[in-house]
Amino acid sequence: MAIARRKFDAVIIGAGGAGMRAALQLSEAGLKVAVLSKVFPTRSHTVAAQGGIAAALGNVTEDNWHWHMYDTVKGSDYLGDQDAIEFMCRQANEVVYELEHFGMPFDRLENGKIYQRPFGGQSQNFGGAQATRSCAAADRTGHAMLHTLYQRNVRANTQFFIEWMGLDLIRDEQGDVLGVTALEMETGEVMVLQAKATLFATGGAGRIFHASTNAFINTGDGLGMAARAGIPLEDMEFWQFHPTGVYGVGVLISEAVRGEGGYLLNKDGERFMQRYAPHAKDLASRDVVSRALTTEIKEGRGCGKDADHLLLKLDHLGADVINMRLPGIREIAIKFAQVDPINEPIPVVPTAHYMMGGIPTNFHGQVVAPYKTGPEEVVQGFYAVGECACVSVHGANRLGTNSLLDIIVFGRAAGNRIIEDLKKNPHHKPLPADATDKVLARLARLENQKGGENVAQVGTALRKTMQAHCGVFRFADMLKQGVSRIGEVAERAAQTEIGDKSRVFNTARIEALELDNLVEVALATMVSAEARNESRGAHARDDFPQRDDDKWLKHTLYFSADRRLDYKPVRLKPLTVESFPPKPRVY
Amino acid sequence: MKELERARWRCRRGLLELDIVLQRFMDKHYQQLSETELQQLATLLDLSDNDLWDMITTRKEPEDASLWPVLRLLQAA
Ligand SMILES: Cc1cc2nc3c(=O)[nH]c(=O)nc-3n(C[C@H](O)[C@H](O)[C@H](O)COP(=O)(O)OP(=O)(O)OC[C@H]3O[C@@H](n4cnc5c(N)ncnc54)[C@H](O)[C@@H]3O)c2cc1C
Repeated sequence: MAIARRKFDAVIIGAGGAGMRAALQLSEAGLKVAVLSKVFPTRSHTVAAQGGIAAALGNVTEDNWHWHMYDTVKGSDYLGDQDAIEFMCRQANEVVYELEHFGMPFDRLENGKIYQRPFGGQSQNFGGAQATRSCAAADRTGHAMLHTLYQRNVRANTQFFIEWMGLDLIRDEQGDVLGVTALEMETGEVMVLQAKATLFATGGAGRIFHASTNAFINTGDGLGMAARAGIPLEDMEFWQFHPTGVYGVGVLISEAVRGEGGYLLNKDGERFMQRYAPHAKDLASRDVVSRALTTEIKEGRGCGKDADHLLLKLDHLGADVINMRLPGIREIAIKFAQVDPINEPIPVVPTAHYMMGGIPTNFHGQVVAPYKTGPEEVVQGFYAVGECACVSVHGANRLGTNSLLDIIVFGRAAGNRIIEDLKKNPHHKPLPADATDKVLARLARLENQKGGENVAQVGTALRKTMQAHCGVFRFADMLKQGVSRIGEVAERAAQTEIGDKSRVFNTARIEALELDNLVEVALATMVSAEARNESRGAHARDDFPQRDDDKWLKHTLYFSADRRLDYKPVRLKPLTVESFPPKPRVY
Repeated sequence: MKELERARWRCRRGLLELDIVLQRFMDKHYQQLSETELQQLATLLDLSDNDLWDMITTRKEPEDASLWPVLRLLQAA
């Protein structure tokens, strides 16, 4: 079958904040750029970000990038790479002012400067008083960012391929990346998009968990494509869980509820957080509360017929407070939990929220892997930014509002790096003869499968397995079982069958292809978590409750082909300042 | 051809809240929609995520009053 081919200077998969920031840099430099997205760009998951974007502008309280750097290193539980963290925090002010200049409608202080709000983990003076560092556009920062970047890109002639799905990477014998294969949903046609630079910005993969705050599109496609092409995935055991997602659906119930005086109950009506955090109680940090909920469920004190959730009580606040201060929360509870919190508690569970791991990169956005001689060799022609990448600025735990900063700083940096790299490599390398063999085989398998299983069913099994075996709190026996269970799910996923075989807008096929990617992410997560015998940041092991810097101050690398693990050192040396050595993480 | 699939895909949003409400709506009502209502649905799906969510949660009203019949179904979904 002859496959159509198109050539670009750069192809970007993903039109969220990360992909569009990179695209803008390239298009404004006059390069020919294609941006693919499964959905209309402004419907990317970045739109869900409410809290803001961190930058030490110091508009409300005194601040500087070095304090921000300290907070980020500490927040990462010392697993973050300090060169990348310095790079990000140093550039924060500049990129925020740049967004302002692009027309992003930030809220203002009375003096006209950008409004900032305080967030957990932000401090002045290396662990001192609370800092006020998150720049916000009402509770719609992500929305404002996406719309601003989209408009700029349209003006800069970025070419968007909307409702196109990237399928697989194309690499040649040297390992260089030469582009991707992609599927146009409307026609069902597969095309080769050849590029001198290929950048992944496909976002997170929260949909590997049964309880997730992430939108349905977050299926980790970039990670799947990278893993199938032999690129390792880094630090996949680290997932941030939010303690209060609505039971069964995952929609986030913000910390504001507990801030107003709401609290959690187990099936005995006990306010159990008092036992876990006698002082801070329900307002302890996210990871502490998430772990407490999970322990209650594990020890049989969960609520409901399956004893699998807890209750968030707020009726004692009274109708007036709820209606006045928490109207959005009441709407969510009524719509998604069928309870009116004025009368009844909201059923909640810890819910997967953010993926700290991803495709390994350096702070230029170049993908690095131990595939030639060193542990961090640049994979020529391949770049990754945003939630799909692991640069790694978040290490074992991300601080709130650092992700929007990450996507903008490294989106721009990768754009700049690509511009430089293309000056040195101005020509397309020839495509290998077998460029599309593997992807066509994958599609043919799906086409011809007989007696296979339904995609949705396998997807459910995958999510339930991850939730039960690799959730907030991790137990040795559950992880061990989980590795074999998720292996079984992977086998089932390799034999899915779809009823609809037509070409035009075949969503069944798309969902089957997404499942392939979810499987890669789930395997990487489970295998990496099973092996890490310590607790660090979001990875909490029942049998190894302490952080172990002697043995585990290192990044995990997972290789899909043989489900093998390798490790590489954390980059403890910043660019210009002194290193922050690991210390116990107490708040 | 494939209008249902197209509509279903356009119900894939950046906000999980919308993903869920739109999926419920599609399961319950899509098959019964008239030609005009399908048009209205298309118009609503073209809105940005936050505008659409604001209308579903009755925080905002549509400028185009003809959107009400489908919007009411969405609000109840
Ligand atoms: C409810 C919620 C609230 C949050 N609030 C904040 C906050 O206040 N501050 C903060 O800093 N962070 C926040 N985060 C985290 C932050 O929003 C995300 O980490 C960030 O937006 C990710 O951006 P991205 O550009 O990497 O990916 P996304 O915005 O997810 O974009 C991914 C893009 O890739 C495309 N894509 C994926 N796969 C394919 C494929 N195979 N082919 C073609 N295209 C593909 C998608 O269509 C999309 O365009 C929040 C997260 C959630 C879930």
